[in-house]
Amino acid sequence: MAKYAPNLSELKKELDEKPSLLKGNYSDKEWWDIPVEFRDGNWCFPAKPEVIEELGFPNPRKWAATDDDWQLPQGWQKTISDGLKSRLKKYRSLKLFLDTCVRCGACADKCHFFLGTGDPKNMPVVRAELIRSVYRNDFPLVEKILKGFAGARMLTPDVIKEWHMYFNQCTECRRCSVFCPFGIDTAEITILARELLNLIGVNNNWILAPVANCNRTGNHLGIEPHTFVQNIESMVDDIEELTGITVNPTFNRKGAEILFITPSGDVFGDPGVYTMMGYLLLFHHIGLDYTISTYASEGGNFGFFTSNDMMKKLNAKMYHEARRLGVKWILGGECGHMWRVVHQYMDTMNGPADFLEVPVSPVTGTKFQNAAATKMVHIAEFTADLIHNRKLKLDPKRNDHLKTTFHDSCNIARGMGMFEEPRYILRNVCNSFHEMPENTIREQTFCCGSGSGLNAEEYMDIRMRGGFPRANAVRTVREKHKVDSLVTICAIDRASLTPLMKYWNPGVGVYGLHELVGNALIMDGEKKRTEDLRENPMAGFEDGEDDED
Amino acid sequence: MKKVLMPLVMVAVLAIIPYVAVEFGKQQYLFGVVIPYAAAVLFITGFIYRIVDWLRRPVPFRIPTTAGQEKSLDWIRRNPIESPHRAWEAAARVLSEVLFFRSLFRNTRAEQHKDTTLAYASDKWLWLGGLAFHWSLLVIVLRHARFFFVMVPGFSDFLDHADSFFDVTLPALYLSDALALAAVTFLVVRRFADAKVRLISLPTDYFPLFLIGGIVTVGILMRYVVRINIMPVKDQMLSLVNLSFAPPGEIGSLFYVHLFLVSVLLVYFPLSKLMHMGGIFLSPTRNLCNNSREKRHVNPWNYDIKFRTYSEYEDDFREKMKKAKLPVEKQ
Repeated sequence: MAKYAPNLSELKKELDEKPSLLKGNYSDKEWWDIPVEFRDGNWCFPAKPEVIEELGFPNPRKWAATDDDWQLPQGWQKTISDGLKSRLKKYRSLKLFLDTCVRCGACADKCHFFLGTGDPKNMPVVRAELIRSVYRNDFPLVEKILKGFAGARMLTPDVIKEWHMYFNQCTECRRCSVFCPFGIDTAEITILARELLNLIGVNNNWILAPVANCNRTGNHLGIEPHTFVQNIESMVDDIEELTGITVNPTFNRKGAEILFITPSGDVFGDPGVYTMMGYLLLFHHIGLDYTISTYASEGGNFGFFTSNDMMKKLNAKMYHEARRLGVKWILGGECGHMWRVVHQYMDTMNGPADFLEVPVSPVTGTKFQNAAATKMVHIAEFTADLIHNRKLKLDPKRNDHLKTTFHDSCNIARGMGMFEEPRYILRNVCNSFHEMPENTIREQTFCCGSGSGLNAEEYMDIRMRGGFPRANAVRTVREKHKVDSLVTICAIDRASLTPLMKYWNPGVGVYGLHELVGNALIMDGEKKRTEDLRENPMAGFEDGEDDED
Repeated sequence: MKKVLMPLVMVAVLAIIPYVAVEFGKQQYLFGVVIPYAAAVLFITGFIYRIVDWLRRPVPFRIPTTAGQEKSLDWIRRNPIESPHRAWEAAARVLSEVLFFRSLFRNTRAEQHKDTTLAYASDKWLWLGGLAFHWSLLVIVLRHARFFFVMVPGFSDFLDHADSFFDVTLPALYLSDALALAAVTFLVVRRFADAKVRLISLPTDYFPLFLIGGIVTVGILMRYVVRINIMPVKDQMLSLVNLSFAPPGEIGSLFYVHLFLVSVLLVYFPLSKLMHMGGIFLSPTRNLCNNSREKRHVNPWNYDIKFRTYSEYEDDFREKMKKAKLPVEKQ
């Protein structure tokens, strides 16, 4: 981490002492006069030429954000300006959001990147102005006449650098849109800005490499089918060792009732794998007839951070595979942006899913009417229904070694509206749960700082700053209630909150919700359990001690 | 400073033009008939054009910002306004934004305290100031209906009475005038006082504030200080409403300043951010239901794209899949 992020005391000192806009210091410089400066830790490596070629994207080349000349392709201004025009025709949202802002400033201090960097261009309103200023110069006639008056400017390479920097310091978390009196959603602007940047080869390897992988192997991490199976089988072994239970996941099995899709981070990454073990235990516990696909082996969708077409292309595999396997419906694992795509885009892009049935829980008989068209149910909805109908044997004491708090993932919160189910589950599987301060949870939740494909190692400086508001809220409950476990329902959170906690709040672990479910499940015929899924000792279940179990 | 002074000077110049033209150039007809008609036509056509221009652009995806619990399991309490499931709930959400500035009511102020601690304080001043500004302007506009009808309409009469509740001056002080002026002042002052807002403000943000402030000030002057004879004003307005091109009677020059600034506002309106008045109804993060998993939302420009199918995938990995004992379609 050291190379790409300042050490904690330096950053703290900077945040505490350096004058900043957040503290009310006005520098007298207009935002468009503040130069963009790339340095270690504040830019993501661009996509490698071979990745670009594999995807068939424009302008493959070797370059770095610190270069003076970004080798933009011939006629790039026209590409951008035509691209903007065509997107303004396709998206009312974009046009409306560029037109209606009154610059009231309500969004200004709502962005985690602004709170962590103090950089004026990280105020959502200015982020949008980066596009607006160019749009004004090109489009509405009268504003063209009143150029200096309306804040319009030319599209220059410096503007592109600025776009690259600040549309990669937005995680599309939509927090600003909660506060905007017109509902202007910077995520919408960032999504389309990144789409435009991709047209001229200004991109991010940490997004495009997973996109290429996902297209080829079915998942972001590029795990080939045999390795994918091996990984899960090794979890099966671990589960057997811990619980004495042999779970039997199946792969690519035709005729299963349910297709289960989760982000590949759960199959490959620590601590995601423990969440996966939780799913496997849960499905075994209720005897679910399900299968996992190695082809549609990715719940997440980095296409969403690339372009509309790429999002649709990667997402198409879910329905395609569900149809091939002849399942009745799809169950989706814990992930943030995956669920924004599934909830708000999938049926529109790749539906109708009329070959599937309206999801019904085979255990409780509950019909998931809220997923009647998409035919895809969130695992938290599914599990909450199981618990509510008393279909799970749970011992929340098995999580007594953890004092938890819950991090709402941005997309689940503001792009789906699921707040209660995970909390209901958490309260049922553990005894110690404390909410973070109210301005930092639910619809006001703060992003982990690394969402929307910014989880790159070389981006650590910005990530640690962007995650600062979240970390600060965790610190509050750590000090107040000795919280040591941050529970999430998002794979990117699991991967990114881990280093964030290490940096800001050492000693706080990051957990998936279903990992805690897995800990608490009393499996039929299990051996005496003394360790949780991470093989950490559980409190009150030590070997040799006689407890109530 | 330039971005404040430029619009201030613009408004001042715009105010002087009709005064000079009427006082010294006898341009009553131009400023009392021609320009108001032109402004009204530009306003109406411009406003409709902008709305239609927005409406004809599609809404490809259902993207409400969900700020409350979605409708899911029966026993989980949902939030019908912040996560609307039915059309009327979404309508209620939009109306609560339009009438009460619901989202702005949530506003907080982030503060950095010592020891690198962030705190969030409730900050309702913008909400209050904005609400006072918009509502008092609405009352003022409706009150002006008395100039446009021979018989003063009931609502206008009622507003007039309610608004002059504080009968402290002669003629009675309108509460809305005082509020509008106070709110405009607040909105201007906060644009300097808050460093963040100062940085984001453009001349186009100050201009309409100064313009509206100017209109209200001149209106107040006409009522309380430099009294304007009201009857010829009403005659003139009735004549305009009846689409008559008759020349105006004897009215003080200040009236022309007021009327001209209003005309400028009308022309400026559809060309500017003031269109947020129409835009707020169309915002797809607010006016759509959060039910896209239950009901299919159709994207009019959705097109087929080529994706990597299962059989292409199997062709690439067949041997590895067989080795891993994965079922395959072709041997």
